[in-house]
Amino acid sequence: MKINDVILKTVVKGVVLIILTFSIYLFLSGHHTPGGGFIGGLVMASAFVLLFLTYDVETVSEGIPISFKKMSAVGVLISVSSATAPIFWGEPFLSQNFGYFDLPIFGKTELATVTIFEAGIALTVVGVVVNIILSISEGSNKWKA
Amino acid sequence: MMLVLTISLVLFTCAIFVALYRIIVGPSMPDRVVALDMIGVNLISLVAVFSIVLHTHAYLEVILIVGILAFISTVGIARFIERGEIVEHEHDD
Repeated sequence: MKINDVILKTVVKGVVLIILTFSIYLFLSGHHTPGGGFIGGLVMASAFVLLFLTYDVETVSEGIPISFKKMSAVGVLISVSSATAPIFWGEPFLSQNFGYFDLPIFGKTELATVTIFEAGIALTVVGVVVNIILSISEGSNKWKA
Repeated sequence: MMLVLTISLVLFTCAIFVALYRIIVGPSMPDRVVALDMIGVNLISLVAVFSIVLHTHAYLEVILIVGILAFISTVGIARFIERGEIVEHEHDD
């Protein structure tokens, strides 16, 4: 049976753009205001879940050819390596650094290394949440590792 | 001004309780879905009025988050009622 859901598909195309923008805003605003890698990752995962709900898994994986399992592994790798890197410069584990730079458009900007750690957390959260949703929505007869 | 805001907060809370009654005793599943969406809209309005009362911008992200979650949950439950499965794996047309 073919179900007519043109309105849902058209609306979701715009809404997903808004949700992805908001997730990046939440990720970047996590330094001084509520937000951060975990929350930004969760909101970005909810955008992917909305895509998987509206369209089907085949269409979305054609459009976004990302393996979410590899994405979570890469996120853990980035977080752990940016956490252990200060050990080699004689500083304690997980110590962070920041500095002020003159960027062309933004002017004087504060750049912190904690952003790399947060990016790893965001990638991990997106990968794990999308993986969980896809795993529990799969039928048990076509389960594959 | 404060009186109007307080009255509106009380009324939004009463509307949430009315929707909660419809969720608990609602005869059919679509009634519960619409009542859940109504709770989401009322929560958004409640947070907006609350941030006017407190003179702060700190809760404006909450409005966006609650709106996104209410939309996604409504779409998900509607898909579940209509087709029986939430995420499909291949095209059916």
